[in-house]
Amino acid sequence: MSEYVIKNGHVFDPVQGIKGDKAEVAIKDGKIVEKAGSGAKVIDAKGMTVMAGAVEIHAHIAGPKVNLGRIYRPEDKLFTCTPTKGMERMGSGNSIPSTFKTGYEYAKMGYTTCMEAAMPPMFSRHVHEEIRDTPIIDEGAFPVFGNNWFVMEYLKNHEVENTAAYIAWMLRATKGYAVKVVNPGGTEAWAWGLNCLTVNDPVPYFDITPAEIVKGLIEANEYLGLPHSMHIHPNNLGNPGCYETTLDTLKLAEGMKANNKFGRESVMHLTHTQFHSYGGTNWGDFESKAKEVTDYVNKNRNITIDTGNVTLDETTTMTADGPFEHHLTGLNHLKWANVDVELETAAGVVPYIYSPNISVCAIQWAIGLEIPLMMKDPMRCYITTDHPNAGPFTRYPRVFKWLMSTKAREEQINAFKHKDKVLTQTSIGSLDREISLYELAQMTRAGPAKSLGLGNMCGGLKPGMDADVAIYNFNPEKPVANPDDIEKAFTRCAFTFKSGVEVVRNGEIVSTGHKRTLWVNAKIKDNPQVVRDINEKFLKYYSMTQANYESLGHHFVPNPFAIEVDAT
Amino acid sequence: METITITMKNQPALYLEADCVSPDAFAGMTAAQIAELSVYEGNVTGTLGKYFDVTGSAGTTAADTKIIVRGDVKKVKYLGMKMSAGEMVIEGDADMYVGAWMTGGKILAKGSVDAFAATAMKGGELTIEGNAGNYLGAAYRGDWRGMSGGKISVKGNAGSDIGMYMLGGEIVINGNIDVHVATHAEGGKVVIKGDAKSKVGGQMVEGDIYIFGSIDIMMPGFKPAGEVELEVEGTKGKFAHFIGDMGERHKKKKGQVIYANLYKKI
Repeated sequence: MSEYVIKNGHVFDPVQGIKGDKAEVAIKDGKIVEKAGSGAKVIDAKGMTVMAGAVEIHAHIAGPKVNLGRIYRPEDKLFTCTPTKGMERMGSGNSIPSTFKTGYEYAKMGYTTCMEAAMPPMFSRHVHEEIRDTPIIDEGAFPVFGNNWFVMEYLKNHEVENTAAYIAWMLRATKGYAVKVVNPGGTEAWAWGLNCLTVNDPVPYFDITPAEIVKGLIEANEYLGLPHSMHIHPNNLGNPGCYETTLDTLKLAEGMKANNKFGRESVMHLTHTQFHSYGGTNWGDFESKAKEVTDYVNKNRNITIDTGNVTLDETTTMTADGPFEHHLTGLNHLKWANVDVELETAAGVVPYIYSPNISVCAIQWAIGLEIPLMMKDPMRCYITTDHPNAGPFTRYPRVFKWLMSTKAREEQINAFKHKDKVLTQTSIGSLDREISLYELAQMTRAGPAKSLGLGNMCGGLKPGMDADVAIYNFNPEKPVANPDDIEKAFTRCAFTFKSGVEVVRNGEIVSTGHKRTLWVNAKIKDNPQVVRDINEKFLKYYSMTQANYESLGHHFVPNPFAIEVDAT
Repeated sequence: METITITMKNQPALYLEADCVSPDAFAGMTAAQIAELSVYEGNVTGTLGKYFDVTGSAGTTAADTKIIVRGDVKKVKYLGMKMSAGEMVIEGDADMYVGAWMTGGKILAKGSVDAFAATAMKGGELTIEGNAGNYLGAAYRGDWRGMSGGKISVKGNAGSDIGMYMLGGEIVINGNIDVHVATHAEGGKVVIKGDAKSKVGGQMVEGDIYIFGSIDIMMPGFKPAGEVELEVEGTKGKFAHFIGDMGERHKKKKGQVIYANLYKKI
């Protein structure tokens, strides 16, 4: 493979503690090396910012609900098609881009590893077919466990070992990466026309509470020693006053310690925190509780979070939180799709417009920015838009601009129709912190990589790590004249390297690399009871056989990268 | 006002997508420059000049530009798409999407137009001397934001699904129409001087429909609300008033529930 040496660039690498110094980055055989050979191709990054490839910890980019969004929103494709160009195949869609466009857009922004945040296990084959068709980026997918019949039946009796054995089977069967929990118990309750809005609401029929599900899944996750922690979208998303449920959920991790060989310290990842940090009793007195939530997270080192920034765009919401989507369509009267996935989960899809002229949307925007600005440790707070729920991932550079420039935030606040309400209901106006490039590298590279248990593989530029490198046309030594320059620079990389292959040059795709599917192969002691339970469920309840369920072979996962875990 | 004339000289074998034919795109250009604008035949990109003779000159602004489209353009789509000002006359029949997404200016189609004319129109005037196809003044596929302003007049008949998801503006049809009128509408006014078939105002939330002729089958969601004397488009008469669609959500204004209105001439 080619050798490269990137010279003269300002390197920001939290893994090695490099804070903008001019340093050489050498690439050989797909890895970062101490020194490249004399024949290495020289990339001159003078006046540019060099970082590791960015790591996406939570986005909905592949699978049936994403595709449902594509199918039922032809208007999302209207005037957003990109024609075939050089290496690039045609693409379409804005908030729900086609698979090819998804891969290209991430790579052009310097992202090289992305996690699909909610895989319905029964449709893992669909998820993997889309992952396969998303070029360049390494991807993993999180199967959802929070409303799964097996999990609820085992955890009702606190059978952690059986739950762990079932998780191990599921990760292998679906080629999954981590334990995802969405509205624990609530989505199952939705099948009964109900919901769980607190951690103590009973789940109908199963006689278990969300708190028991969450605690049990953390214990099973640490029993196995998986690379990522339990990854949770708590109950009561998006409602005024929901922060109390969020704090109750976070408290479930108290006293729990991470057990793994990957350097991960957290036991719970709270996703799209913005949607879970609301105070007030209705949409009129709706207010930010970002301080209460971040105060708790700042004090408890076994929790990591991501932001879920509202980008003020027209987008498509999609989640396994079925009852929430039903609630949302009642609020905005736009089209609603709902699917039940037998024994496992559900999903809903509703378009949404985050209008700067609506006070609630503007307050949501502010909360999304307050969270990272209030988090003391950037290694535990990662930037996401919960793509496409709070905005399309292609808006990350705009979120970076708002975080890195108080001037940019002020401009946006002044543009809101209900500016005064934003300033009284949130504290965004009094936050003068500006995220540095080093902190940005922590929030988008080293941090998420560590939380995912990939800290030794990606998210940094230390010799031995994968050669995922993003070079931005942004000179950290020059004062930023116009905040829009930040957005522009982070939208299109000067160069992106993925596993040592130059995939982007001057913002254009020059190679589609060789993308991998990351999954976790957890070895466990033989557990005949769980094997029998799985067989029985397929015979008695599933509408398909086990042989048609598993994602096996080259068709679904052509280029797998298994992360081995031994829990025997 | 400057006039530019484009005359069909080489018929496309497939349908031609000519979204560049609008006063906005032509403004400030010479005939030679206009002939170089891109059009699409299937997956092949060509120039406007390959299919049309271009003569005359455009004004400096869209408002200053009048386009005359001559010859057989039955296989040309998107004439006047997104136009914001100026004028356009289409002398023969045209294909789909005439005046789609237009926000201003005037289009006069002397012949008939196919489906999706004035899709999601926001303003301006579209006059069709022949017949209009389906989805006249409707929302784009999947979208809930239909025609919100401007006026569409049709001398002949129109097809089905006119004014779907209409939010505002006016549609006046002199002749008859097919099924589905102002489905899902939340505003606007539709006048049908001829006959309607069925599904008139289905799932309509707000807005007004006037039918001068007959309705084959009424929607069950509309309920009689008396008779009224009205003057509609210059015609005075007695109309039976219906409100609906009762199966839909409705806004309240000053404590009063706002329904969509269907008036049928007696």
